[in-house]
Amino acid sequence: MLRLHYNLEKLSMGLVVGIIVAASIGGAVEIAPLFTIDETVAIPDDLRPQTPLELAGREIFIREGCYACHSQMVRHLADEIDRYGPYSLAAESAYDHPMLWGSKRTGPDLARLGGKYSDAWHVAHLINPRAVAPTSIMPAYPWLTARLDTDILSAELATLALLGVPYSEDMVANAGRDALAQSRPDSDGAANVTERYGETVAIRAFDGDTSRLTEMDALVAYLQSLGTLTRAAYETLGQEAAR
Amino acid sequence: MIRSLSIPERQVALALSVALALLGLAMAAAARHGAMAVHGAMAMALGLALLFALGGALYDPDAPADRARRYYDEPTRFGIVMTLCWALIGMGVGVWVAALLYWPEATPPWPATSFGRLRPVHTTSVIFGFGGNALIATSFHVLQRTSRARLADAISPWMVLIGFNLFCAWAVTGYLMGSTQSKEYAEAEWYADIWLVVIWVTYFVLYLRTLARRAEPHIYVANWYYMAFILVVAMLHIVNNIALPVSLAGAKSFTIWAGVQDAMVQWWYGHNAVAFFLTAGFLGMLYYFLPVRSGRPIWSYRLSIVSFWGIVFFYIWVGSHHLHYTALPYWVQTLGMTFSVMLLVPSWASAGNAIATLNGAWHKVRDDATLRFMFVAAVFYGLSTFEGSFLAIRPVNSLSHYTDWTVGHVHSGTLGWVAMIIFGAIYTLVPQLWGRETMAWPRAVEWHFWLAVTGTLIYVVSMWNAGITQGLMWRTYDANGALSYSFLQSVQAMAPYYLLRTIGGALFLTGAVICALNCRATMRAASEGATATDRPLAPQPAE
Ligand code: HEC
Ligand code: HEM
Ligand code: HEM
Repeated sequence: MLRLHYNLEKLSMGLVVGIIVAASIGGAVEIAPLFTIDETVAIPDDLRPQTPLELAGREIFIREGCYACHSQMVRHLADEIDRYGPYSLAAESAYDHPMLWGSKRTGPDLARLGGKYSDAWHVAHLINPRAVAPTSIMPAYPWLTARLDTDILSAELATLALLGVPYSEDMVANAGRDALAQSRPDSDGAANVTERYGETVAIRAFDGDTSRLTEMDALVAYLQSLGTLTRAAYETLGQEAAR
Repeated sequence: MIRSLSIPERQVALALSVALALLGLAMAAAARHGAMAVHGAMAMALGLALLFALGGALYDPDAPADRARRYYDEPTRFGIVMTLCWALIGMGVGVWVAALLYWPEATPPWPATSFGRLRPVHTTSVIFGFGGNALIATSFHVLQRTSRARLADAISPWMVLIGFNLFCAWAVTGYLMGSTQSKEYAEAEWYADIWLVVIWVTYFVLYLRTLARRAEPHIYVANWYYMAFILVVAMLHIVNNIALPVSLAGAKSFTIWAGVQDAMVQWWYGHNAVAFFLTAGFLGMLYYFLPVRSGRPIWSYRLSIVSFWGIVFFYIWVGSHHLHYTALPYWVQTLGMTFSVMLLVPSWASAGNAIATLNGAWHKVRDDATLRFMFVAAVFYGLSTFEGSFLAIRPVNSLSHYTDWTVGHVHSGTLGWVAMIIFGAIYTLVPQLWGRETMAWPRAVEWHFWLAVTGTLIYVVSMWNAGITQGLMWRTYDANGALSYSFLQSVQAMAPYYLLRTIGGALFLTGAVICALNCRATMRAASEGATATDRPLAPQPAE
């Protein structure tokens, strides 16, 4: 063995090949099988993709680095289920490019946040967290009242559709309009949003002001959608409890 | 730096600068606004600056005729200066974000200075800016000395260093503008990622071409580690960053990976960024500078072979220990845990080999703060790998995951191991490459050493306490079977630890500032002759 290595050290390409082989095996064994996941983890029937407004909110979530303090992955542990809700299923993030499971909980997990608080609470909290939670260490985000830019949304949906997220041509073509309509329940477009994305989509002025479409609208719409895209996690937990 | 190039090389460099400026112009013109436009403008400005510098010196005296028989140290000198600059930026931001967690009201009301945007600025500046420049600079030095050959050409080292620093600057300014992929340690957007691939291929080709010119039959062990670092980082970077841009004229892209696959790919990348960036490369550094500084050969050649292949093979399996109890399939978690525990063997073999090398040189460790930096680095390497293997055990991870215990582990590795070995290498190289006997202020090295050790200990111990407290508070039930503490109570409990951590970090940063000033004083005092001509090729003493 030592002799062999002694000779290997004289060959730079030998070392290169050795390193590549040694460093490929683990990844191949662990990652490759996950790509059969579509067969092993069924996508629930009721799983819907995010609406354009929610997607815009998700992008703000990423832009501001909220993921650095908030996870979106309830682990399969009793205390987490008691604190946050049903543990997260792989299928729930099947359309997430990228996933936002997170690695640090400076603030609480957000996977089951949808419906937990009112829109007004979120708006007040985001503008100044210490107004609603005096000892919070979350930063304030007063600039989220800026106007939301919807120009890029169609192109974004089209890109995600290419990657396999089930956005129809209709959804792609109307992304900008749907984003606006989701925050204006009285507008003509509101019915289209329900028709395209389903009854479970919340349609309202998330920042409390129907006259302007703001980044706050998008972010709060996103936060309120967390954990509501499918009921699968609740059903799975229910079944386990029944057994 | 331009004088070390021959006149034809200056012309090639001029052409490359024009190409860079044009690339920047094209990016800025296509994007028109947003992060990509700013980045285009940055590239254009850099291209133009290089263009003027080269143009002004194009017909200065030619490079010395005998340079092929000398080492090429100018790139290493530049890399060391960049290492120090990024150290100050990265650690400065680190202390600032640490303070924000204690005192969130201090956040100015501008988007760019918010915690979520500054945190990746910290991680990228320290890992890639500070760590990456140190790796590249020392790898050029070690490669030449152990091969007794000059770098294969004079242009590609500059492409690697300047291009890599442009990547870091793009990444960091991108986050400030809100442009990020959100993948931890791979936040930079698609065009920066493609740019890094080009730089990395240049680096690898330069490495192989220089090795091909070596005057020693054997490739010294430090080079194996540097090669593993370059190769595997390329592999990880490419796979994890495959993304579809929304438009070629904008920064935004979507990774092609989704959900659980994305999580696995991300942590396969993430952990092996730790393994091959923060560990393998730095072991290369250790295996060269520790023997050189202590004047003792590596304790066991056999052990170095075993630990090298052990590390390369085992590390790749362990990424899934970042995903215990999540929606990742159970068998993958189990594999990750098992290999993490096995990984302790090659890790401790390396640490032990390094410490045993010091046998017979303990009096030097006592007297020489530079060697002591390296010794402490090896000790912390041993400690943090032990801690890592422990944290990877599923039930332990159920407590530690998501808490500050992870942050404590991270900084025992990065402050205790990575930063300490870098400082050791810098204090060895700076006097040597600037033609001086010692650092300008030898006593200041001693000060730096104690500040760094104290700072690290305060940081790590306070985070252990913070993490364990947090983990326990989250899972404690009262007599009625209800959770005892609200989340906010656990946040409040962190305050004293966050304050302590900020103090520890500030001590560490103070040490780094002293180091930078000391280096500057040493560089200023360098005689003109010491940096103008390269050193002749000579047998190297490390083996
Ligand atoms: C420095 C870390 C940090 C960052 C960055 C951060 N948060 Fe928080 N977040 C916290 C902490 C701590 C709490 C708990 C105290 C509170 O409610 O404010 C919290 C609470 C929350 C809550 C309430 C959750 C619940 O279940 O009670 C929401 C919603 C939230 N954050 C959203 C966000 C969003 C959206 C962003 C990005 C724009 C963000 N956070 C960025 C630390 C952070
Ligand atoms: C002056 C010293 C430093 C201070 C004060 C500091 C502070 C911090 C803080 C406050 C965080 C965020 C933790 C959180 O989100 O809760 C962090 C994260 C991090 N730092 Fe540092 N840091 C320092 C030096 C370094 C160095 C030198 C490196 C690497 C070479 C480093 C690597 C990291 C990494 C990788 C993370 C992310 C950890 C994770 O995601 O779990 N830090 N640091
Ligand atoms: C045998 C070696 C090691 C093992 C098995 C190991 C294991 C681990 C484990 C289990 C975690 C926690 C994952 C989680 O719960 O989220 C972790 C996190 C981390 N470790 Fe290590 N570790 C090792 C060595 C090191 C070293 C030497 C360094 C630094 C130089 C390091 C840097 C990190 C970083 C940066 C993270 C944080 C990742 C994140 O969440 O962002 N590790 N490691």
